[in-house]
Amino acid sequence: MEETEVFERVVKILTPWVKNDEALTSVGMETSILDDLKVNSARLVDVVIAFEDDFDIEIADEDVDQVNTVGDAVNLISGKL
Amino acid sequence: MTSERTQKTRRVVITGLGVIAPNGNGTRDFEMALRKGQSGIRYQEIMEEKGFGCRVAGTPQGVDELAEAAFSEDLLMAMNMSHRYAALAALEAWQDAGFERPAQDDDRVNWDTGCIVGTGIGGMDTTAEKVVPLTDAGKVRRLGSTSVEQVMASGVSARLSGIFALGNQVTTNSSACSTGAEAVAMGFERIRDGLAERMLCGGAEAASHYIWAGFDAMRVLCRDFNEEPEKASRPLSASAGGFVPGAGAGVLMVESLDSAQARGAEIYAEILGAGINCGGHRGGGSMTAPNPESVQRCIGLALADAGIDASEVDAVNGHLTATGADPKEIASWAKALGREPGNMPTITATKGMVGHTLGAAGAVESVASILMLRGGFLHPCINCDDLHPEIEAYGAAIPHSVQEAPNLKTLLKAGFGFGDVNACLAYRKWEA
Repeated sequence: MEETEVFERVVKILTPWVKNDEALTSVGMETSILDDLKVNSARLVDVVIAFEDDFDIEIADEDVDQVNTVGDAVNLISGKL
Repeated sequence: MTSERTQKTRRVVITGLGVIAPNGNGTRDFEMALRKGQSGIRYQEIMEEKGFGCRVAGTPQGVDELAEAAFSEDLLMAMNMSHRYAALAALEAWQDAGFERPAQDDDRVNWDTGCIVGTGIGGMDTTAEKVVPLTDAGKVRRLGSTSVEQVMASGVSARLSGIFALGNQVTTNSSACSTGAEAVAMGFERIRDGLAERMLCGGAEAASHYIWAGFDAMRVLCRDFNEEPEKASRPLSASAGGFVPGAGAGVLMVESLDSAQARGAEIYAEILGAGINCGGHRGGGSMTAPNPESVQRCIGLALADAGIDASEVDAVNGHLTATGADPKEIASWAKALGREPGNMPTITATKGMVGHTLGAAGAVESVASILMLRGGFLHPCINCDDLHPEIEAYGAAIPHSVQEAPNLKTLLKAGFGFGDVNACLAYRKWEA
């Protein structure tokens, strides 16, 4: 799967939890999921479950702790495909 | 904001109503259904599939569509059925009272507004459909972040706090089937005490066969009208054979008169007084039956708190569930009000149309009561053409068709619950 496709699917999965719609319009690999998109940190566990279901992968809790930006998520997921 | 507990004589009024009920969502449809005597009781396939004796229930229709139109996707993912019912009813009450819904990115908090919205059973649907199966399957992680807020008792009121930026007391009361009435009474007291200006008050209960199963096992649900759902809920009737489970939510905007007048709000009714008590499981009372003395005392407490004479009561909206407790309840009303059977105020039993909405009952039926006061009518008591022999003497007070009642002024609403707990409210139509 191309990185751009992973990126687009990651952004689509994140969208329901995004509180800063403006940041979504200029979202890139460096965009912070918590600081820029303003996703509630408590909901990250739901986002990870959604990643797992959508890409049919398993993501360990330790790996989740390393994810800060959209790019981190894309790279983590791409590495498991 | 009055923060000193000195002004105990503050008057308290109702300025907004919201309802999700089996026979109508929103006060307009609900009032129309009440006037028509329209039942919201339906056959429930799942109850037959699971071997219930009772296979009918009152379930609100089209709620998910309403919720999806009103709330964001991430919020909906964290809202089980009672949350959806409560939030929709609260949103209607909020807007009906003339308030704008605050934006989620607006950091201002309504410090003078709180909520007491209760539930009898709570998030049983979430517990049964998610927490237990996923935990038993060793998939705890897949519960995600939203199970706690849906199963915690206070989840239903906490949800409203987030939607409306409420900064006063936010809590969930629970007193079984008196929950909804108790919530209104508690909010009323808080405002009268000067501790809040506005409280969203009410109750919500989900539609879930997991909630109803235990009642079916107790054999307190109606089993004789599975083929005729609309006839199944029969308060006051000789052929009443148990209550029909129901679901929904009622929310009232309870407000200080000062606040309502200062902002020019339309006022529907005044809460004159309230009584809350318990029978202590003595004198015939138990976990499941009310102590008649406590019921009479509760009604008396509401009258005394309101400072009115029993002769001023024009109508009562009873708890009246369609069980063997109905004749005892009617006798208690008569005794508490000092009335002879031929001289009773009009008796209304809303459960004939919506079933027993458990923790929401006192709130849904309070909404019905305020609609009757505001609209000057008394809804029919349906499915009781065959009055119970012990109730026949009160027949003149029981309307079988809608009554226009322009002189209806004072109405008592009571709720009685498992645990031998009672709550009674004295409402008076607002006349400017």
